[in-house]
Formats: sequence, structure tokens, C-alpha cells
Amino acid sequence: MKVKKRSLLWGTAMTAVAALSLTACGTGGGTAPETSPATEQSSPAADAGSLTVWVDANREPVLKEAAADFKKQSGVDVKLVIKDFSKIQEDFLKQVPTGKGPDITIGAHDWLGNLVNNGVVQPVELGDKAAGFQDVAINAMSYEGKTYGVPYATENLALLRNKKLADKAPATFDEMIAQGEKAGTEFPFLVQVSEVGDPFHLYPFQTSFGAPVFGTDDKGAYNPKDLQIGNEGGQEFAKWLAEQGKAGTLKTSVDADIAKEKFVSGDSPFLLTGPWNVDAVKKAKIDLAIDPIPSAGGKDAQPFVAVQGFFVSSKTENLLAATEFLTNYIGTAEVQTKLYEVGNRPPANKQAFEAAKADEAIAAFGAVGENGVPMPNIPEMAAVWEFWGVAEAEIINGKADPVKRWKQMTADIQKAISK
Amino acid sequence: MSLTQERKPPQLSPAARRFAHASSTSLGAMLAKIIMIAIVDATALFALFTAIGREAWAIAGVIAAITAAINLVYFKRGWLPAKYLLPGTIFLLIFQVFVIGYTGYIAFTNYGSGHNSTKEDAVMALLQSNQERVPDSPAYPVTVLERDGQLSLLVTRDGTKMIGDSDDALAPASDADLAGYTQLQFADLLGRQQEVTSLRVPISQDPAQGSLRTSDGRTAYQYVSNLVYDQAADTMTDSKTGVVYSDTGVGAFTAGDGTQLMPGWSINVGFENFTRAFTDSSIRSALASVTVWTFAFAFLSVATTFFLGLFLAIVFNDMRMKGKKFYRVISILPYAFPAFLGGLVWAGMLNRDFGFINQVIFGGAQIPWLTDPWLAKFSVLWVNLWLGFPYMFLVCTGALQSIPDELAEAAKIDGAKPFQIFRLIKLPLLLVSVAPLLISSFAFNFNNFNVIYMLTEGGPRLENAGLNVGSTDILISMVYKVAFVGSQRDYGLASAFSIIIFVLVALIAVISFKQTKALEELN
Repeated sequence: MKVKKRSLLWGTAMTAVAALSLTACGTGGGTAPETSPATEQSSPAADAGSLTVWVDANREPVLKEAAADFKKQSGVDVKLVIKDFSKIQEDFLKQVPTGKGPDITIGAHDWLGNLVNNGVVQPVELGDKAAGFQDVAINAMSYEGKTYGVPYATENLALLRNKKLADKAPATFDEMIAQGEKAGTEFPFLVQVSEVGDPFHLYPFQTSFGAPVFGTDDKGAYNPKDLQIGNEGGQEFAKWLAEQGKAGTLKTSVDADIAKEKFVSGDSPFLLTGPWNVDAVKKAKIDLAIDPIPSAGGKDAQPFVAVQGFFVSSKTENLLAATEFLTNYIGTAEVQTKLYEVGNRPPANKQAFEAAKADEAIAAFGAVGENGVPMPNIPEMAAVWEFWGVAEAEIINGKADPVKRWKQMTADIQKAISK
Repeated sequence: MSLTQERKPPQLSPAARRFAHASSTSLGAMLAKIIMIAIVDATALFALFTAIGREAWAIAGVIAAITAAINLVYFKRGWLPAKYLLPGTIFLLIFQVFVIGYTGYIAFTNYGSGHNSTKEDAVMALLQSNQERVPDSPAYPVTVLERDGQLSLLVTRDGTKMIGDSDDALAPASDADLAGYTQLQFADLLGRQQEVTSLRVPISQDPAQGSLRTSDGRTAYQYVSNLVYDQAADTMTDSKTGVVYSDTGVGAFTAGDGTQLMPGWSINVGFENFTRAFTDSSIRSALASVTVWTFAFAFLSVATTFFLGLFLAIVFNDMRMKGKKFYRVISILPYAFPAFLGGLVWAGMLNRDFGFINQVIFGGAQIPWLTDPWLAKFSVLWVNLWLGFPYMFLVCTGALQSIPDELAEAAKIDGAKPFQIFRLIKLPLLLVSVAPLLISSFAFNFNNFNVIYMLTEGGPRLENAGLNVGSTDILISMVYKVAFVGSQRDYGLASAFSIIIFVLVALIAVISFKQTKALEELN
């Protein structure tokens, strides 16, 4: 019995020790990688070092190829770390200050103001190469007059039309609805709104009333002090939203999945969406046309253009390799064409874009995008997003007086910005 | 019996006794112990050196202390309780005390958007992003040269060569001047990246003209600095406007008129986050309504699930009930469903236009289950009832079955009616074992993030609230929104809220456990 007791004690002790050694390994593993950049830094020139790049799973395969080519050319080892795209901004903001962040990350241009205000990115001088990119892309990647990233793709909304149900591109919103009603489908027209509103998808209609979010300066940069959203056009747009809500053409119960699902199953001749849904629609063998977005308020319906690109960490110890990789490699027409083949978004590089225009869908989305405006990248935009969609959803649902609600939203945004 | 043997040891000398004791521990066990501790020590040593290498003294100290404690406790004879307690204590320290302590620490800082790092980082980032390329200046094709370990830039333009380094401004150079320099190849540059990219070569003696800087080793651009950092005075000066920004203790360089340079840095703000939570009118009203709803939600969730669970347990416990097993299995099913999946599925079923509930059960009515403030509250409680009653059902079934039937029989003989038997005998006995579970269930629902976030995301939004909170938000989902939703993050405020929640839950738990003790004593 004595022996038994002791062996029990031994067992417990050993389990504990084993568990402890595991946790100790955990802490060891956590701190170990931090030392590696330092050793690479002091290593002899023969070892060209390495770059850590955050990418999302979709872009990883093509970047892998690009990374292998780059390694051959320069000797620099590019380590790709796959991240969930929606988590990148958050993680980048948190990890760069600790020194654990990557050298380069993929990202969306509208994060830029926030990234700069938190001091986690640094400017990239494109020099003459800037002229090789679409203006809207360079504009989007600039903040306070400086370019912070190398753009690689643009994306924007356009109107998808099921040719079987509607034979010609509508010029105005009302014409579209008339066509849709004639088609006799469940919905005359589809756009995702969702219960919390989707101002990104409704923005083209808003601009067609002449109500951008912010005014711009002579260089096309957004001016946070010039909030335009509440102008008369905006109020007209609010009234229009209420009308459409009443008529049932805009529904908050339609979210992204429902909109796509219903269009794919032929329940509507029109769907306002971006290139991300084209594959699914093509797979369903729908006879597809991509049209400009019809105007609802008489002026041009301008969608937001979102630009994706690569940012350089402010704390990178491999700035030279990072700059080389981005400006002289990722930015080139060749690599941008390859990226386009995987991502199916119009490339930011002009030459690659021209080549990609051979694809009808890309050309059509690109044409709509040329009329678009970059989504604001100033940090004040966060305050706008916070109040914008909810107000739109409430107006569509008829819960509030449109003009009054729109004015209140404008006041809320103004208050949040000036805080 | 070994115990009696131990109490009456055979007559042996102390030395012999020690020998007998040691040999009773098998050699294998001894060896295993040494190996295990050696592994722990080796790993700890590695971690220790890494920590010291990074000058993380606090971490190094903690690692050293823990390792010392482990060695002492397991090599020392005796100290039996410590041998059992130590692993648990260490885990408690790492996973509970440290987390709470760190949250507490963050609650007293302004860590969040714009203040997410140290002052040193902020200065570096400000200087980095305020380098402006001189308008209309050309791009300079450059070669990086080296002499005696110092780097220079060689600019070749229109057939003329100019050379300069960080001390000497760019000046024309003849081939003779260039003797003694070696040109660095790209691979060499990669090995000295930081030196190369931090090299600034003044264009001329006039500093206002700026300096050349290259970030790829081939092309240099002419930059001027818009911000000048004066280390001694700890100020940033805008060289264009002359405005001086100084560190006024708010965690950012601030000008006389209050404008701040972003990024700032994280500082200790004392109780500001707590006072803000209770005094800032927009936060306070949101906090008040969310707190009330949190209590209501947690209480109603426990009450509804408990009564439904208890009711079903009693019904299925009745001898006359047929097909008990089948019903039991059916009612446990929701328990096998992950709460967040359940929330998502219910969110789809409750959709106003397309949901199963409205379409099929209410014949196409457009009932705003999730978007009307009161109906949304009801829906959340309903879904939580669906998810939560199986647990209460299981617990109550177990507790009921442990109550001896004789008690009920005796009461029956004494003339008690069935409801009296339940109310006066079974329920009190049941509560003794179930009450602590009700308290923990309350604490769980108090922080039941999954149901709220998956079903309504806290919505519909409260109007007139200065924070992004909705009418079904409970405290923990509000904390999540303050910390992680939108791009204006405020980790400091979120941590302060977390501390408030912690205090609330702790208070409730202490009070309720005291109450249940009273319950036990009554019996």
C-alpha cells in the first residue's frame, strides 16, 4: 500500500512536470522567432536574408510563384504567411509595435488612414513607376500627399444582367425596375442591404443624387472637414430610399447570400454586385452581361472603387529587400497579370490592365470603375460607417422620417468626427 | 496493513531506515523524475536566455522563480501538499491571475487606435512618414560605395559623377577621387539593409534643400523633413509652418491649439477610463441600459430554462409516462448543438422576409423578430431557452432521481397532495444540489456572448447612443464592440468595462453562494 501511494504521487508529479515542460516550450516557442530577424541582420552578405509577407489564402498560390522567382533573382527568401483577410488589419496594428509583425502585408486601401495614424506603415516611393499604375489606384494608396503602398488590383460594383430576362442595359433606375417588372420575376432588381444597411452597395445611387460622403481637394484627396453627405442631394436620396423601401425594391431582409442565391436561380434580371460573385453566376450558366450602374437621381452613379495592395511595415528591418520586392517585382506588368489570373480583379498596373481587358467581365467592371471614386481612406470614415448603414436601413424600413433621420445621422457623424 | 507497520517500525538504525526508504523508490521512477525535471530545466534555461537576450527582465525573473520553485519542491523530501499544488498554482498564475492583472493594467492606459505603441515608436513613425519628396525633383540613379566601412552614394547623371556621404554633401568627383571605394552589389546591400536605407546624403551645404535617400539601392530621391524632433526639448517642430508640438502628457505631441500629431503613444491615464464610463453622458446612458438588460437577460435565461427543464424532468420522471427514453433523447438534442451554430440557424429562421418562422408558421407575415427592439429581446431569450433547457433538464432529472421515493411515499401516507409533496419536499431537496448550478448558470449567461452576437449582433442599434451598441447587447458584447469592431478601437475603455463586469459577477457570486449556504443549513 505504501508503494502504491508513492507511485500515485510519482504519477501525478510526472504528469505535472510533463505539462510544465509543455508550457515552458510554449513560452520558448513564442519568444524564439523574434531573435531571427536580428541574426539575419548581422549575418554576412552572402545570406540575403528573408522577407515575411502576410497574404490571404486566395492570393497565396500566385505569390508563392512570384516569391520563388524573386528568390532566384535576388537571393531573398520570401516567407508567405497565410492570414484571414478580414483579420489582417487588426493583427497588423497589434503586432507591428511589438516587433513581431511582418515586413510586408497585403491590405485594402481604406485601412490606410488608420494604419498611418497608428504609425505601423511607412511611405513607399514609387518614383516614375507611379505613372504605370491607374490614377485611381495611386490616389487610393496615398494619404496626406504620400504614397504608402503598391497597388495591385481594383474592384468595384457593376450591374449584372441576366440577358434572358432583360434584353438591354437600363439607363435609369426606373427603367431598370420597369424592365424587371416586365420580366415577371420574384424581384425586379436585387442588391444586398441587410438589416444593418449596406451603404457600400447603395453608394452609386447616393452619388447619383449628388451627395458624396466628403468633398475633395484639387488633388482628389478627401477633406474630412468638408462633410457632404447631409447636403440637399443626400436628403433627396433619403426620400428616395424611403420610397423604394415602401415599393419593396429595396429590402433589408436581402443580405449578400440571399441576393446572390436569388439572382443565380433566375429570380431577378438584375443584381448590383462586385466581381467576387461573377464566378458563381457563370457557374450557374446564366447568360450574363455587365452594365454600368443606372442612375437614380439624374447624376452619374459612381460606385466606390476599392484598391488592394501591399504595405510596408514601419518597423521592418529589411526595407531594401521589401522595396525591391514591391516596386521592382510585384508592381511589374508581368506579376500583376499573374495576380489577375488568380484573383480575377482588374490589375492596378495599366499595362496589365490593358492585357486583362481581353476578358469581357474585367473590361466591363474596369469601365464602370473608371467612373468610380476611391473609397475614402481617411480615418474619419470609420465614424461615417458607424452611423451610415443603420440610418439607411431604418429609412428603408419606414421606421423614421427620411429627411429627419438623415439629418440626425449627419449630426451624429459630425459629432463623432470632431470628437 | 502498511499503516500499522509505519507506526511501529522495526528496530533499525536511522541510516538503515533511510536506506530502506530510498530503495523502496524504484530506480526507474527516480530516473524518470530526473529526466522530467531536466527537460523542464532545459526548456526554462532556453527561455531564460532568450528573455535575457531581449532584455525582458520581468519575464526572465518570473521564469527563474518558477523554475527554482519546481526544482525545490520536487527534489526536496517531504512537502507533499506542495508537490500536488504547484502545477495547479502555476497554471492559475499564468492563465487567471496574469490575464486579470494585464486587463487591469490596460484599463488604466489609453491603449487603442492612435495610441498603440511606445513613444519611441511614435517618434520613429512620425519622422518616417513626414519625409517629403521635394516637388518636381528628379530621380537620382545611384550606386552605393563603401570605403573603410563607411557608405557613400555615387550619383551618375549626364556623364558627371557626384559623390557624398552622411557627413559630406554631394560634390563632383573625378575618377581619381573614386579610388579606394568599392561598389556594393545587391547581395552586399541586403546584408547591410538598415545602414543603406538610413543613409542620408545632403544635396548641398544648405540643409533646407534636403538630402538623398535610397530605399532600393539603385534610385535615390531628394527628401526634406517636414517634422524636426528636438530630443532635448522633447518637441516636434513642423518645419513648414513653424508650429511646435510638445509632449503635454496626453500621449501625443500636441500643439498650442490642441491639434495632435498622430500616431501618439500609450500612456497611463489613471482612472480616466472608469470615470469616462460613468460620467460621459453618451457612454453612461448606453452603459446603464445595457447593464439593466444584461441582468434581465441573465436572470430570465436562468429562470426560463430552469422551469422548462424542471417541468420536463418531472414529467419524464413520472412512472406513468410512456416512451420516456425517446422524449429524453429528443429534448437533449439542442444540447448537442454548438451555441453559435444554433444562433446562426435561428437568425436565418427568424429573417423577416425569408425566414421559416414567418413564411411557414405565420403564413408570410412580416414580423420583425430581430429588428424590433422588444421582439429582438424576446427572440434572444427564446433561442437561449431552446439552447439552455436541456442542461437544466439533465441536471434536474439527476437531482430528482437522487431523492429517495420513500420520502414521497411517507408524505403521501401522511396525507400530502402531489403538489404539496413537490413544493415542500422535492423542491427544497432539489434546490440544495441545483442552486449552485443556477448561480454558475447565471454567471455564464451574464457573459453569454455567442447567443447575442450570432443572433442579432446586439442589434437593433440604440438611437442616440454615442457608442455602437444595440438593444440586445449585453455587457460583454458591448466590450467586444468597443475593443474590436470598427476602426476606432479603444482597448483601455474595453478593459475598464471588463473590470467592471468582473467585479459585478464576483459580487453576485459571493452573495448568492452565501445564500445557498443558508439554504443548506436550513435543511
